[in-house]
Amino acid sequence: MLKDITLGQYFPGNSPVHRLDPRTKLLLLIAYIVALFTASNWLTYGVVFAFLAVGITLSAIPLKSFVHGMKPLVFILVFTGILNLFFTTGEKLLVHFWIIHIYWEGIVRALFMMSRILMLLCGTFLLTYTTSPISLTDGLESLLSPLKKIHLPVHELSMMMCIALRFIPTLIEETDKIMSAQKARGADFESGNLVQRVKALIPILVPLFISAFRRADELATAMECRCYQGGDGRTKMKLLRYKLRDYKAFLLGALLLTVVFVLRGFGL
Amino acid sequence: MSTAISVEHLSYTYPGVDNTPGIAVFEDMNLQIEAGSFVAVLGSNGCGKSTLAKHFNSILLPCGGKVYVCGINTADAERVISVRRNVGMVFQNPDNQIVANVVEEDVAFGPENLGVASPVIRQRVDRALKQVGMFAYRDHAPHLLSGGQKQRIAIAGVIAMEPKCIVLDEPTAMLDPRGRKEVMDTILTLNREKHITVVLITHHMSEAAQAQRVVVLEKGAVAADGTPQEVFSQVELLHRLRLAAPETVELCYELNKNGFALPLTKLSAEDCALALYEAIKA
Repeated sequence: MLKDITLGQYFPGNSPVHRLDPRTKLLLLIAYIVALFTASNWLTYGVVFAFLAVGITLSAIPLKSFVHGMKPLVFILVFTGILNLFFTTGEKLLVHFWIIHIYWEGIVRALFMMSRILMLLCGTFLLTYTTSPISLTDGLESLLSPLKKIHLPVHELSMMMCIALRFIPTLIEETDKIMSAQKARGADFESGNLVQRVKALIPILVPLFISAFRRADELATAMECRCYQGGDGRTKMKLLRYKLRDYKAFLLGALLLTVVFVLRGFGL
Repeated sequence: MSTAISVEHLSYTYPGVDNTPGIAVFEDMNLQIEAGSFVAVLGSNGCGKSTLAKHFNSILLPCGGKVYVCGINTADAERVISVRRNVGMVFQNPDNQIVANVVEEDVAFGPENLGVASPVIRQRVDRALKQVGMFAYRDHAPHLLSGGQKQRIAIAGVIAMEPKCIVLDEPTAMLDPRGRKEVMDTILTLNREKHITVVLITHHMSEAAQAQRVVVLEKGAVAADGTPQEVFSQVELLHRLRLAAPETVELCYELNKNGFALPLTKLSAEDCALALYEAIKA
């Protein structure tokens, strides 16, 4: 049951999107989000959508995975839609029933909001689907490195993320083992009401936490033995370098932002 | 030959918790390990094997006495890094010493910490992975490998720092027989071909028998020290320390009790069989 959890949801591949520098992808995502929130009408939404569509097509990741990733978030999507539908007032009243008023503006607004969330999710999925967690952390560390000047522990944060990603499968395996051991001794995780089920989890969590602390202690010793002394004076085996395709992607991102801003400026 | 690790009058006491008296592990421990040698350290639980290993690279500092590694005092706070780059450590649980989630990134962790230039790291990582025979797995995720493979990755991570000595603290305790053989073969190759000093802490007599020198610890002091033949023929001593001699020696020892006069220095099955054959023929 726990084996199904896929974190980071990386789909290995060799598409142009996969090969982009992680920093490029992060920056493009930011530009895309800014453009998405600046967009205010059909035309600008269309431009942003076209950008997303190009990205998804180039990544060669099946649309099915995007739909699949969306599933847990359907509730938020529907909730936003309903909220906007019923609580937007305007001039063109379409439905008036009891205390419910639906205006034409409400429908339009709901549609915009829902597509904004959808496109936001698709954009972030595109990043996580095409970038391995480790290069994502590398990219983040490199992008945030100017913040070291104001004493933000950028290296430490990315190291923590890296170790967390490394130990997720190990701890999942361990949880499975503990659950089997408890089941073998008659523990019941599947029946009972919510309170009982939560209580049944305690005998799993306690040994899991104890072993996680022991692991952390051993790992810290092992890291010290390998001369780890924080981020200062540390080098990297794989250096991130912008290539021609990254500059092309930047150009595309700049184009997107300009088009959206200009259109918005003209009130279109 | 020069001395790689030198322990002089070492004393160490684990600090007690809440005013309870600490536990003294060593009181006056002396040991010299020669450069390029392969030393196995044996002893029953709690005799201080792991504590001793942790003194070899400044994880623990002596309460009294000195530990020198390649001539550097391990208590010298400014030279901790040079001590650690000279003495690599491999621990028992392979899962808890792998840092990154790609094999080659993990091997690169040590050199990266030392500030080695990127292209050089690449070379060192490739070389280290080839030495332990894991080059084909460089892109793999460590948690999908077997125990023996993970332990070889850990060894590669250590040799990528190009240390003069490797200290292995029961590296095979959590492995199956196949993984144990993989790791032992790797250690032996490194010792023979790269002339890296190896200190192997182990519970397996068959592994200790492959070393050039065996040191048996008892309550923080050296109880026996010598070649495997010399040490393992002292069967009574080993039994008193709750250790077993290698199976071949145990066999000869039991037979000697019943009137045979077999030598207790035959460590391999072939040698033992030959000795038995000679004894029966005579």
